[in-house]
Amino acid sequence: MKNSPKVFNNAKEAVKDIKNGSHIMSGGFGLCGIPENSIEAISELNLKDLSVISNNIGNSGRGLVSWLKKHMISKAYCSYVGGNPDLEEQIINKLIEIELIPQGTFSERIRAAGMGIRAFYTPTGHGTLVAEGKETKDFDRPCILEEALHADYAIIKAEIGDDYGNLWFKESARNFSPLMAMAAKTTIVEVEKLVKVGDIKPEDIHLPGLFVQRIYQGKDYKNDIEFLKVEGKNELV
Amino acid sequence: MSWSNEEMAKYVASLFPEFSSVNLGIGLPSLVAQEIPHEKSIMIHSENGVLGVMGRPNKDSVSPTLINAGKETISIKKGASFFDSSLSFGMIRGGHIDYCVLGAMEVDVYGNLANWMIPGKKITGMGGAMDLVNGAKKVVIMMSHFTKSGAPKLLKETNLPLTGKSVVHEIVTNLGHFRPENKQFRIITLAPGVTEAQCKLPN
Repeated sequence: MKNSPKVFNNAKEAVKDIKNGSHIMSGGFGLCGIPENSIEAISELNLKDLSVISNNIGNSGRGLVSWLKKHMISKAYCSYVGGNPDLEEQIINKLIEIELIPQGTFSERIRAAGMGIRAFYTPTGHGTLVAEGKETKDFDRPCILEEALHADYAIIKAEIGDDYGNLWFKESARNFSPLMAMAAKTTIVEVEKLVKVGDIKPEDIHLPGLFVQRIYQGKDYKNDIEFLKVEGKNELV
Repeated sequence: MSWSNEEMAKYVASLFPEFSSVNLGIGLPSLVAQEIPHEKSIMIHSENGVLGVMGRPNKDSVSPTLINAGKETISIKKGASFFDSSLSFGMIRGGHIDYCVLGAMEVDVYGNLANWMIPGKKITGMGGAMDLVNGAKKVVIMMSHFTKSGAPKLLKETNLPLTGKSVVHEIVTNLGHFRPENKQFRIITLAPGVTEAQCKLPN
């Protein structure tokens, strides 16, 4: 078989064409499953005016917070700010434009983009600030119209990937990543382990490689734990 | 006397029937996972993509990719499964989850809930809360009865931006169990030694 054109040598090569003003989706829940290598490589490009679509936009001072600190992000789409004081500060001081989206609507808008669905009605957010300016329609309950959310690039991480881009995710690290891969024009994947086509059993593939444009072997993963809790006494976060 | 956090968690856990599915929110509600008796065969859902959450892991089984929605390390039980966020929220939005337990800043007599921002001061974001209150079959609020500065959180009318309108079914605080009904809070149970006057209900 020919060498796959999808395989890149490292993060730097895989992200080098990303430009100012790009819309970028970044996978992960908190710090779980975030694309550490691509985040760092894009941070080094010192881009401006990025629109970033990510559930938390980094957390606990880590992950995408490096872009926030360099003021690379002009607009953020996310569902949760708690645990990310850097983001909260930029929102309150109006240094960044923010669209807060209920998490289920957030994932469904991303999924819709990948599935060719232009918009959908949902009761989530009806009667709240989220519904402001949106079309409302009565079904069994009043619902609001939510539109698909697209991006130029998705940066995601998987545990194992092959050179066609077939992916396998570990435990709860999957979260938004397969959806983002389907919604973006160019999906850039980093993996803990890059294998040959055929090494992942077809029935174990969580995301078919059709949705992946670039893949590389990542390195030096921190895989940070935000709140280490072990058996024993109960205490609050 | 009022309930401790653990006693509140035990009380909330006692509300769930056998074989039900339950989503636990960030903060206080996450304590409920520790208090659900194994023999009730309850499946705990965590919206980051886990069904079958158990309590905390032992030291040797901690994994950075095995967390709950509060980003705390967890363990899972036999029969657990992992999935992406879309399927996870399909479970919630599609009406497949029996109970959700959420924290709150304010709840009023109409069952309106506010728990995601204080304009100009604090933005937590709604996370999955707006999906949960519209999708779960029963919405249980678990919170301290008063704010840190002593203001009541059970109100005649909410002041903060809403998470959902007329969505709350049960409220468990350190003072007792309450239910928004007929434009007031009905007392279901008071914690031992707690009086109705102490609760400062807007009835």
